[in-house]
Amino acid sequence: MSVLVVVECADGEVKKSSLEVASYGAQVAAQMGTTATAIAVGEANEANLAKLGEQGITKVLYDAEPRLKDFVNNAYTKLIATAAEQEQAKIIVLANSNIGAAVGSRLSVRLKASLATNVVELPKISGDQFTVKRGAFSGKAFSDVVLSGDRKIIAVKKNSTEAQHDAGKTAEVTSFSAQLSDADFADAPKQVVMQDQAGGVLLPEAERVVSGGRGMKGPENWHLIEDLAKALGAATACSKPVSDVDWRPHHEHVGQTGITVSPNLYIACGISGAIQHLAGVNSSKVIVVINKDPEAPFFKAADYGIVGDVFDVLPKLTAAVKALN
Amino acid sequence: MKFLVCISNVPDTTTKITFTPDNKEFNKAGVQFVINPWDEYALTRAIELKEAAGSGTVTVLNVGEADTEPNIRKALAIGADDAIRVNAAPSDAYFVAEQIAAIAKEGAYDVILMGKESIDYNGFQVHGMVGEMLGIPTVAPAMKLDMSGNTATLEREIEGGKEIVSVNTPFVASCQQPMCEPRIPNMRGIMTARTKPLKVVPAVGEPARTTVAEFALPPKKQGVKLIDAENAGELIKLLRNEAKVI
Ligand SMILES: Cc1cc2nc3c(=O)[nH]c(=O)nc-3n(C[C@H](O)[C@H](O)[C@H](O)COP(=O)(O)OP(=O)(O)OC[C@H]3O[C@@H](n4cnc5c(N)ncnc54)[C@H](O)[C@@H]3O)c2cc1C
Ligand SMILES: Nc1ncnc2c1ncn2[C@@H]1O[C@H](COP(=O)(O)O)[C@@H](O)[C@H]1O
Repeated sequence: MSVLVVVECADGEVKKSSLEVASYGAQVAAQMGTTATAIAVGEANEANLAKLGEQGITKVLYDAEPRLKDFVNNAYTKLIATAAEQEQAKIIVLANSNIGAAVGSRLSVRLKASLATNVVELPKISGDQFTVKRGAFSGKAFSDVVLSGDRKIIAVKKNSTEAQHDAGKTAEVTSFSAQLSDADFADAPKQVVMQDQAGGVLLPEAERVVSGGRGMKGPENWHLIEDLAKALGAATACSKPVSDVDWRPHHEHVGQTGITVSPNLYIACGISGAIQHLAGVNSSKVIVVINKDPEAPFFKAADYGIVGDVFDVLPKLTAAVKALN
Repeated sequence: MKFLVCISNVPDTTTKITFTPDNKEFNKAGVQFVINPWDEYALTRAIELKEAAGSGTVTVLNVGEADTEPNIRKALAIGADDAIRVNAAPSDAYFVAEQIAAIAKEGAYDVILMGKESIDYNGFQVHGMVGEMLGIPTVAPAMKLDMSGNTATLEREIEGGKEIVSVNTPFVASCQQPMCEPRIPNMRGIMTARTKPLKVVPAVGEPARTTVAEFALPPKKQGVKLIDAENAGELIKLLRNEAKVI
């Protein structure tokens, strides 16, 4: 019996959300008196995989099959299912990412496991009862969900748990093969197109986000958002009307019908704070609101606020960040 | 081409979420329910593809109790041809997926479209489960879907970019913007919707694998600390020294 952790890699690096997942998995293993094994997917580098020991992983399985570099739903599902059987994994932990959640739902059917996505805390295990807390109602609530059955799959929400670092510990990296055939790669993508990230920070993985709304007046003013984001090492985001009129690409739109973010810092510039917008951001640890209207509803959800004109305030903030560094 | 569009019935996006006093159930009192916003992309795109092909059918499917029928009728008014309701509370994703898979198999649907996720459960689960149950690919979340004969070309969103994927029917896709401009019902649609067939069928399969023990609301914020706009730089110091987030 063990806990199996799915670790996503890109360009040789383990993704930040997967470090969190590794750490989460190791803690669940400790709760259950067993060890955590990882299975790496994507383009991995063995030295970086060995470093997963710092998150408490004892062993890492890695299939160097080159076609596994990009996400292929069927192949990933078979790979992980095979590893789960070999390791007799009772618990499988993945990131609640577009890869993790997609594979998790297929695995749950294949392995007859119960599944919880969007999980925000370590499980509570008491006797046979296994309960996890997950986000529901688009960030407006949480639910404690009891997972039944012998096998369980948990997809952990990004930035909801902290990755532990036990410096110097290493994991044993073992090559692994799921004997994948051409048929397993039938749904492989024809092409992968990466977008240009402003400042190079991916919004779903970002620890800090600077976001603009209709109060920014037009796309020509977005350099103010980008400058602050760059100085902070933050990703940029926007409200729905901003992406609806194409001031910004739609993948930057956060909210109930956009993406949900939970960074440590969310700075909202010229955004009113409609309930649908808040739903996508209200699990951020610290929220800063800059709005010229003191009655803007966003201030009620904020930790820090400035009542003022974004065109005046943003350059000052950027200068202050630069002065710090 | 036979399209099956799965719609879920969810609280309107402006709903203030509350629970029954024992925190075991969502408090539906006074809440307006709508078609899950993501599912509107699936519905509209299916109708567009049917229209473009000049033939085919669009069937909407909901797993829910009788109170979901107004939104099923709304989907018919938007342009679906007929509807099926599996008469059961949608107790968890696995249970819902079993119902959808059974109907999809029986009706030999070519394209099964869903929304990216339900805005109440936020599972991002049902589409993957249905694909696996039927042994066919699932493309989730899809931002673009075009059909040429039996082959579909989709754009799938990934963190930081997109993938171009091509699959043959049958397949499952979960839809999101900017796939299309969701349609709203017109008067003629509303009139014809009344007479379109809505079949009610019993649930099949195994019971749910997960149960909700309790709901909770997020902790309340302490209240906002305001910084004078003249002194905006002060905020940055607070973020470093007090909040410790930069
Ligand atoms: C079904 C549905 C789903 C939705 N989903 C989402 C979603 O996912 N995400 C989302 O964001 N919205 C969503 N919305 C829209 C939402 O209801 C709001 O309309 C939207 O969030 C408002 O965007 P905004 O704050 O940028 O614009 P506005 O509401 O127009 O607010 C602009 C703000 O900027 C301030 N301002 C103006 N000029 C300045 C200045 N110079 N300096 C400082 N402040 C200034 C104003 O005081 C105002 O508060 C949804 C709506 C519906 C109906
Ligand atoms: N009760 C339901 N009836 C029909 N379709 C559903 C139901 N619940 C979820 N779905 C579909 O599955 C998608 C994903 O839902 P979820 O896995 O709950 O996030 C939704 O966007 C719907 O298309």
